[in-house]
Amino acid sequence: MAAGHAHPLYRSGDSPVHRLPPEVKIVAALVGVCCVVATPRTAFGVFAGYLALLAGIWVLAELPFGWILRRSVIELPFVALVVLLPFTGEGPRVDVLGLSLSEPGLHGAWNILAKGTLGVLTSLTLAGTTPLRDLLLGLQRLHAPQLVVTIATLMLRYVDVIAAEAQRMRIARISRGHDPRFLWQAGATARGIGALFVRSYERGERVHLAMLSRGWTGTLPQLSDRRTTARQWLTGLVPAAAALGLAVTGWVIA
Amino acid sequence: MTTDAAAPAAATRVAPSLAVEELAYSYPDGHQALRGVTLRIERGERVALLGPNGAGKTTLVLHLNGILAPGHGTVSVGGLPVTRQNLQEIRRRVGIVFQDPDDQLFMPTVAEDVAFGPANFGVTGAELAARVDAALATVGMSEHRDRSPLHLSGGQRRRVALATVLACEPEILVLDEPSTNLDPVARRELAEVLLGLDATMLMVTHDLPYALQLCPRSVILDDGVVVTDGPTRELLADAELLRQHRLELPYGFRLD
Repeated sequence: MAAGHAHPLYRSGDSPVHRLPPEVKIVAALVGVCCVVATPRTAFGVFAGYLALLAGIWVLAELPFGWILRRSVIELPFVALVVLLPFTGEGPRVDVLGLSLSEPGLHGAWNILAKGTLGVLTSLTLAGTTPLRDLLLGLQRLHAPQLVVTIATLMLRYVDVIAAEAQRMRIARISRGHDPRFLWQAGATARGIGALFVRSYERGERVHLAMLSRGWTGTLPQLSDRRTTARQWLTGLVPAAAALGLAVTGWVIA
Repeated sequence: MTTDAAAPAAATRVAPSLAVEELAYSYPDGHQALRGVTLRIERGERVALLGPNGAGKTTLVLHLNGILAPGHGTVSVGGLPVTRQNLQEIRRRVGIVFQDPDDQLFMPTVAEDVAFGPANFGVTGAELAARVDAALATVGMSEHRDRSPLHLSGGQRRRVALATVLACEPEILVLDEPSTNLDPVARRELAEVLLGLDATMLMVTHDLPYALQLCPRSVILDDGVVVTDGPTRELLADAELLRQHRLELPYGFRLD
C-alpha cells in the first residue's frame, strides 16, 4: 500500500524490515534511541555494539551503507558546535597532536557526537524503510494526539504544493529582472515569503471548507484496518531488546 | 391551515433535489451578496449557474450545504431543510466539487481521499471499499488509486475531486467552475464523465460552451438575484441578455 508517496529519505524495498508494521518500527526506534541516550559516555564498546546492530538491520533491509552515509550529513550543522567544546572546555587538559584540549570538553564532544550520530542513523533507518504515509498510520495506531496526526497528514500533502508555489513566485520575480544576489534586493524575497504565507493561509481556509463539505467532524477516519499481530511485535522489538541489553551492559561495565 | 393542506401533497410527489426560497445574505462587512434568490431544481436535472464575477454564485453555493447560514429565506435539499441539526446529512446530500482540486484533495493517496467523505458519513469496511472502487471506476481513475494527488495531471486531479464527492452518493452534485485550468482533452474527458452520470447537477461556470454542452437549463445570477431561467440554448442565443450581464460567448461562436 501507499506506494505513491516517495520522499528522498525512503528507499523502497520488500525486505522483512520494510514489511514490519510502522507502529512496531516507531516503537523499536524510540526504544533504541532512548537506550543510546541512557548509555554512559565512557562505555565505548557499547556504542560500537549499537553501530553493529544498526549495520545488521541495514543488511537485512538492503540499505546500502553509502546511501545511509550520504543522508547522515544532515547531522553536520548540528555537530559543528561540538568541535568547539574541546577547545573551550574547563578542567584538566590533554595534549593531542600538539594542541592543548580540555578533557571534559573532549568527553562532552564525544558524548554528543556518538549519541547524535546513532540517533540520526536510527531515524534514517526508520525513514529509509517506512514511507511517510505509513509513519502517519503508525502514529495514528499508537494513539498519538489526533491533532498532531491531522497536521502531519496535511503537511505531508501540502508541503510540495507550497514549495511549487514558492518556485513559481521565484521564477516570476526573476523573469522581471530580480537578481537576489545583492542584499538590498532581499526585500523582494522577504515580501515574496510574506505573500506565500498569506496564500498558504487562504489555501488553508479553502481546504477547511472543502473538508467541512465532506462531513469533516474533527477526526481523521482510521486509514487502514489491517491488524498487527503479536508475532510482528515480537519480531520488530528484537533489535530494541538488543539495544536494551547493550545499555544495561554499558551501565554494568562503566 | 395551508401547511396542513400542503403536507400530504408534498409527500406524494418527489421532493425537488434543491429548493431555494427567497434567499438573502450579506457578509459581515455589510456587502449584500444575495438579495432574494429563488431556485428549484428537480431530481435528475442538469442546470448551469451563470453570471459575472461578484454576482453571488459562490455565496449561493456555500449556502447549499450550510457553510454559510442565510440571513433570510430557506434552502432545502431533497426535502430536508438546511439547518444546524441536519448539517451532517445535508453535507452528504450536497456534493461540492471545488474549483481548485488542490484544495479538495488533501489525503496522501487518491483512494484515501475518496474514502474520506463516506468514512465521515459513517460508511465502513467492505462497503467503504466498494464505494471507493465504484467512484474511481466512474471517473476512470482506478489504476491511480495508490498515487499521491500531487503526481496527477490537472485533468486527473479534477476527476479524482469529482470521485471524492461521488463516493458520498450525493442527492445533488455542485460543480464550481469545473473546466478551469483544463486542457481541451481533459475538458472533453470530464464532460464525458459528467454526461455519463445519472445525477442532479448544478454547475457554476463562466464557460458558456461548456454550459451548453452539459446543461439543458441555465440560470443567470446577477447582483444577488436570479435574472433569467430558461433553456441554455435560448439564453446563449440572446446576445443582448448576455451583454447586460457581462457574459460573452468566446470569439467565433454563434448560436442562432
